[in-house]
Amino acid sequence: MSDKVLMKGNEAIAEAAIIAGCRHYFGYPITPQTEVAAYMAKKMPKIGGTFLQAESEIAAINMVYGVSSTGKRVMTSSSSPGISLKGEGISYLAGADLPALLINVQRGGPGLGGIQPSQSDYFQATKGTAHGDFHMIVLAPCSVQEMADLTVKGFDLADKYRMTTMILADGTMGQMMEPVSLDYEIAPPVEKPWATTGTKMERKHNIVNSLSLVPEELEKLNFERYERYKKIEETECMYEEYMMEDAEICVTAFGIAARVSKNAINEARKQGIKVGLIRPITLWPFPKAPYKAAAEKVKEVISVELNMGQMIEDVKLATECKVPVTLCNRAGGMIPSPEQVLEAIKKAAKGGTK
Amino acid sequence: MISPVSKLFFEMGFSFVLENLYKNGEKMDYKRITLIAGHYGSGKTNIAVNMAFDLKTKYDNVAVADLDIVNPYFRTKDSMLEFEDKGIRLICSDYANTNVDIPALPQDMYAVIDDKSMMSIVDIGGDDRGAYALGRYAPGILEEGNYEMLFVINCFRPLTKNPQDVIEVMHEIETAGGIKFTGIINNSNLGNETTSEDVLSSLPYAKEVSKQAGLPVVMTSVMESLYESLSGKVPDLFSLSLQKKII
Repeated sequence: MSDKVLMKGNEAIAEAAIIAGCRHYFGYPITPQTEVAAYMAKKMPKIGGTFLQAESEIAAINMVYGVSSTGKRVMTSSSSPGISLKGEGISYLAGADLPALLINVQRGGPGLGGIQPSQSDYFQATKGTAHGDFHMIVLAPCSVQEMADLTVKGFDLADKYRMTTMILADGTMGQMMEPVSLDYEIAPPVEKPWATTGTKMERKHNIVNSLSLVPEELEKLNFERYERYKKIEETECMYEEYMMEDAEICVTAFGIAARVSKNAINEARKQGIKVGLIRPITLWPFPKAPYKAAAEKVKEVISVELNMGQMIEDVKLATECKVPVTLCNRAGGMIPSPEQVLEAIKKAAKGGTK
Repeated sequence: MISPVSKLFFEMGFSFVLENLYKNGEKMDYKRITLIAGHYGSGKTNIAVNMAFDLKTKYDNVAVADLDIVNPYFRTKDSMLEFEDKGIRLICSDYANTNVDIPALPQDMYAVIDDKSMMSIVDIGGDDRGAYALGRYAPGILEEGNYEMLFVINCFRPLTKNPQDVIEVMHEIETAGGIKFTGIINNSNLGNETTSEDVLSSLPYAKEVSKQAGLPVVMTSVMESLYESLSGKVPDLFSLSLQKKII
């Protein structure tokens, strides 16, 4: 029998988290991520873990803060409006340098919006989740297998750098079913000497806190944190390049938009157009290197997004405005079709849009 | 209306295995009402859709009723155009595939029970939560007694990998829905990656579920592309061809 299983993206996240040693899940239901919570509710009691449906997203994120303080692997999941509610708690986690895995299976917005897939929380995830100077590591899966793989990776990165990692998925990624292999070698747990695990009268108290009474000390903490971020930007960027070797046009997209784009690229190649794809897997840190290289040889970059144009700003920065960067998008829960992307590629091939 | 999520899969040619056209060679004896239930993601909706097409080749007055109150995506409504084309009545909440994410039931669901001249396939939502909606209609269905309630199983779904787990789900659905199952559909698959070996390896599982449940396996459903290689090796094998793209 195959060692693979047929899973929904949301289930793959939940199962991978359990495999990665997560035994604490706190959340509040919202479409289209509900299966993460449903899976945890079914599985956690059977393996001695905790599934708790909190009274609100705000309560859930603060429960995450509490468990993370004790050094345990912990996660929460939600969809766009729910992540906004969790914002304050996420900032507190950053202020206290606490690791946790956060899942955002995005839906159309703003406001209550709708339940269909979207990528309109790119800005929120990579730049402005909440108040204060801080970053999260943001991972963007584009298959059910990656939903699982990046969940395991996300816990490792969170523990390694003492910060939150977010899986930025969308409704399609959460709902689609694909075969996955869940055969992982799990790294031994990272030492967490800062955790509040009881002193046993053998050490000084550990204090987990995001309040600083002295401004000089708070400034120092911020500078130190950004030194760590710099190291992450240098070492943890992940991306995929597809047919970029001889590309004259570069399509860029993450998550489901990248899958649609690949179909369009395959069709364009059949028509003789030299086009490739850069797919960032880490949205923060944003992988600047492949764009910088592409800017030297392509005549246009097309950013395909399920929003009104958010990642495009990072693409423009990374290409240092050397080539035109154009947007091909749908919004509000709609998904660009391969035909729409193909049209944008053809337009660029005919001499560009600028 | 076809949801953007479902539409994408059709466009991208994701067949998910069971956008199937049910076209078994043997004549399946349908009861007036066929209820399809199981663990969520087991393939219920696709089987329901394809059974409806098959039913329509044998009867004039055919309906598909969507009782899914759990999942707002991948609904029978995705096949609305084909149902219209074939003259199959679709009984479905007005809110399916919209942004109105509420567990609404179709008001004309009562036609399934009251119109004794109509043959129906009823697609029930996943797990016991989905089956609660059935409970409302169970007394009428039981009173008439002309129904089949089929349990769809897939050994490649992680929460129903073991026969014990799937039996647990089965009892939960029966308790919630108020109707006992009468048969099992072995729909074990790994999407497009399913091989003949995968199907063969699911047979002991299906047999064990059948034994523990005390119910017959009424069919093993496989993609058309696997039918030939499995023919003669699997009892009650039913070929399922991919439903054609709707866009």
